[in-house]
Amino acid sequence: MIEVDNIHKSFDDAHILKGVTTTFDTGKTNLIIGQSGSGKTVFLKCLLGLFKPTEGTICYDGKRYSELTAAEQRDLRQEMGMVFQGSALFDGKTVEGNVMFPLEMFTKQSKSEMQDRVDMVLKRVNLVDANHKFPSEISGGMQKRVAIARAIVMNPKYLFCDEPNSGLDPRTAIVIDNLIKEITEEYEITTVINTHDMNSVMEIGEKILFLKDGLKEWEGTKHEIFKTDNKAVTDFVYSSELFKKVRQMYIEERN
Amino acid sequence: MKYLTDIGGYAIMVVDLFKKPTKWRIMKDLILKEIDELIFGSLGIVVFISFFIGAVVSIQTAMNLTSDLIPKNLIGFATRQSIILEFAPTFCSVIMAGKVGSFITSSIGTMRVTEQIDALEVMGVNALNYLVFPKIIAMMLYPFIIAVAMYVGIFGGWFAGVFGGFITSADFVEGVTLDFIPFHITYSFIKTFVFAFLLATIPSYHGFYMKGGALEVGKASTTSFVWTSVVIIITNYILTQLLLT
Repeated sequence: MIEVDNIHKSFDDAHILKGVTTTFDTGKTNLIIGQSGSGKTVFLKCLLGLFKPTEGTICYDGKRYSELTAAEQRDLRQEMGMVFQGSALFDGKTVEGNVMFPLEMFTKQSKSEMQDRVDMVLKRVNLVDANHKFPSEISGGMQKRVAIARAIVMNPKYLFCDEPNSGLDPRTAIVIDNLIKEITEEYEITTVINTHDMNSVMEIGEKILFLKDGLKEWEGTKHEIFKTDNKAVTDFVYSSELFKKVRQMYIEERN
Repeated sequence: MKYLTDIGGYAIMVVDLFKKPTKWRIMKDLILKEIDELIFGSLGIVVFISFFIGAVVSIQTAMNLTSDLIPKNLIGFATRQSIILEFAPTFCSVIMAGKVGSFITSSIGTMRVTEQIDALEVMGVNALNYLVFPKIIAMMLYPFIIAVAMYVGIFGGWFAGVFGGFITSADFVEGVTLDFIPFHITYSFIKTFVFAFLLATIPSYHGFYMKGGALEVGKASTTSFVWTSVVIIITNYILTQLLLT
């Protein structure tokens, strides 16, 4: 579980996060949504420890990040997995090399133990016969799978994903969403996903946090988002004709 | 103000890159890869340039010896001194600022743009140590390139002098060995070690801390080349003042 209490973050004069308080539960897919510039990425980077909050605290299963020593913070980082928007795979390493990288860096496993673990994880993300290919030789969807495999290879307790569906076709996007959800439940991970994709919200949003201008505007589940009367949320979620119709159908069904 | 910020940032980077070292098992492979790319990958261009620079120095010296009172072996002497003291260490380093420096800035800058550096940091890896330290160690073999440049440059001078009909081989060799001061080689290699450190770290700084996208990677490479060259030229002056006077 990740508990966020009154997080503020400023860059020079720009006050990006203005006091966000929320909780992300273990074993659930938690989504952060909001318009561009709402502070989603800064919030995610604060959760990752890449940005130090100007004010407020973040607790990871009761451990307050700001009170940990540098060594303890490093250890905690190794319990985090991250899937970046552009996958952020290392160009000079093969698929296998990318997934093996955290094991090589942080474990004392033998080559064969690492190989077994990599094979298992790649199989889990349904990626076979691509071990020796370089990131530039595989599709965007496959790159996302490799990024997920790399993020979970160390058995993380926390998984963070920044726009995991960007640049993917709708079908592949759903496959990636479901893969993240399955992994979250299977490994009992606290997953936090930063997304714009409303399909993801409807598909896997067990808890949704809506940010607006650096503040928590709304939070709830994917079922509650249909019922909310919060104008900012409805304007954002139902901005497309398709979702307007979906909501209309939902309201008519309810009446 | 920006220059002061950059100097401070560079100093902090140099300190930080020695913190939390990467496992030797991994570092060893990184160093070997960098040696291949930065050192052996630069040999061709350095040999090519050194040969022709040596040849041109030899011809220009010969063309300026108009008096019969000046011995012909001065061509060999001047070629040796020019190549050893300046052309091999300094001229080659400026060339390397373009070749190696741009490569370092663009490769690290691309990693920054594509979030690969963020990925390293999220994992808890000291990205500076992982990316820059192997380059510094690899560049400690840079004097090897400069030694080759010295040999090839003097050979180029001999080639142009002898086959251009400006001097006999015996006179050239006599000039090359005339009044040889071994400390000049030491001076040259001291300079080379310092330049090697600058060649590895200044482009890394520009790549590591760049912001923006692909266009900014190009701009960072250009800025890196300019600043590496400027710092090399200034350092060359300071070291010459300190070591030769």
